[in-house]
Amino acid sequence: MTGDVMNRAVKAGRARVPGRTPKAPRAGEASRGGVRPTRRAVALTTGLLVVFLVYSLAPTWFLLVSATKNQTDLYSTFGLLFSANHLGDNLQQIASYHDGVFLRWIGNSVLYSTLGAAGSTLISLAAGYGLAKYDYRGRGALFALVVGASLLPSTLLAFPLYLVFAEMGLTNTIWSVLIPYFINPFGVYLGKVYADSSVPTELMEAARIDGAGELRIFFAVALRLMRTGGVTIFMLDFINIWNNFFLPLFMLNGERSFPVTLGLFSWLQQAQTARDMNTLVLTGSLLSIIPLAVLMFTLQKYWRSGILMGSLK
Amino acid sequence: MPTLTRPPAATGSPVRRTSPRRTGRRGAYKGLLFALPFLVGFLLTYVLPIVYAFNESLHEKKGTGLGFGPTRVVFTGFANFASVLTDNAFWASMLRTLFFGAAQIAVMLGISLVLALLLDGVAARAVRFFRAGLLIPYVIPTVVSALMWLFLYSPTGSPIIDLANRAGTDIEFFGGLNTYLSLGNLLTWQGIGFNMILISASLQALPRELYEAARLDGAREWRIAWSVKVPNITGILVLTGMFSLIGRLQLFAEPLLLRQIAPESINTDFTPMMEIYDKAFKTGNYQYAAAESLVLAVVTGILAFVFYHVTNRKMS
Repeated sequence: MTGDVMNRAVKAGRARVPGRTPKAPRAGEASRGGVRPTRRAVALTTGLLVVFLVYSLAPTWFLLVSATKNQTDLYSTFGLLFSANHLGDNLQQIASYHDGVFLRWIGNSVLYSTLGAAGSTLISLAAGYGLAKYDYRGRGALFALVVGASLLPSTLLAFPLYLVFAEMGLTNTIWSVLIPYFINPFGVYLGKVYADSSVPTELMEAARIDGAGELRIFFAVALRLMRTGGVTIFMLDFINIWNNFFLPLFMLNGERSFPVTLGLFSWLQQAQTARDMNTLVLTGSLLSIIPLAVLMFTLQKYWRSGILMGSLK
Repeated sequence: MPTLTRPPAATGSPVRRTSPRRTGRRGAYKGLLFALPFLVGFLLTYVLPIVYAFNESLHEKKGTGLGFGPTRVVFTGFANFASVLTDNAFWASMLRTLFFGAAQIAVMLGISLVLALLLDGVAARAVRFFRAGLLIPYVIPTVVSALMWLFLYSPTGSPIIDLANRAGTDIEFFGGLNTYLSLGNLLTWQGIGFNMILISASLQALPRELYEAARLDGAREWRIAWSVKVPNITGILVLTGMFSLIGRLQLFAEPLLLRQIAPESINTDFTPMMEIYDKAFKTGNYQYAAAESLVLAVVTGILAFVFYHVTNRKMS
């Protein structure tokens, strides 16, 4: 799944470019003294970028437009242009369908993503910190395990996992999705990188001299120093969990426990026999994008400062 | 960072130790304790499933009597594995996914590379604008992306088909090669923005001296891009491509969704994961699905291992 591909891609990028510069030296300044790009070259460059920008945005525009249409207009009017606005009706329909099951799905997605990402971040930071700051027997093997496992897509063992959880009676409970989200080898790898770069060993020594226990040092000193790394791990996890479709599809079978991705899929399946489900699917899809977009937008500053800090080290 | 200059948070503790504990051997096991939650979880979600699935795959469901009545599970040794290894449909889905994935990833990375190079050539303010716009598909959940394109591909109400009809032609999105093009377009659309950002980052990490000299010599920008920048980032391109391919082997959600409007073009065994899902939850043959899962895991593991070593050799 794409989430995984992205994950792996991040990995590749992180691994090779540990301290990337936050802002690019741009061609505008760089080409001083060299050949000035011709007007035709600039036009061609901008033109191509605009083409791909339109390509990237058009489907989302289509979704936005479609969410304002009623069933008839959806099929009788041109898809990229607005017609009579029925967004209010669509929203009302979505809120009332099956006792507001859609709101429940959004709530489930928020719940799974928040708890899953929080748990995974804490577990990853702790393990990463232990790997970076202590020298114990088997540390090398553990690190190899972490790197090896993070090369494998998380979807790989979904069915075997289902078998085990079914045996334990965990399927169809929140734990069946949360526990696998908690264990994220790539998060541990990132945690180690952040602990290496942001927790000075001298500071830990000083805290020890002051009589602080190892746990206290971790919670009171190290976690605070790794805050930025923690936010990054949390965000990556949150996005992955929000987008995840595979695991809930295997683990959950009661409609009311679905996250929004799975809920939309179940509506899509119904839409194949009942055409009037299509407005629900389209409006629901649009709504499901919003929480993630808001999160990415509001935490952007934090994330950017994280990248900035990484480059200073 | 303000926290660094603050005195250590533990100063409230009254006892001052005279001899500091060493980080060395003594007390070092505490480092392992920090990894304990992860390790326990790893056993539960990685090791145990493999063992359990292996045991499951050594059994088969057999009907009692003449195929009627209750079924019972009996030990059959490696019979399931033997069937999986000779299951042409399963291997066909594996090869289909790999070849399709390789082609699609090549196209996607090619476009991302071009975009990253183009971004290198426009003014800073425009860069921010384009980058934000091109990254929008990455923010959209996989299922929603697939849904959007599904509506754009569907015979009724699609603006693309509308436009084509007005121009006097007709477009088929499914059937034969078109199925792959449509699926490939969806995956490429999702991936180009993010990969562009990665490639941009590695372009920016290149030392300026590399192309400053060429620039002073009067080389044109496209020439610098092609002869200096591209050769220096082929390493990361290959790496990204190979690990994307491992991800592609698990392809599931996108074809499953598109199947809703094109069941004749995208079969239930279109990708290995779809086949496993179908065997497990539609046919109810857990034992066979477990064997397929393990074979897929082994193939993925081998690919990851080979890629890891190939790139390590290349990098060093």
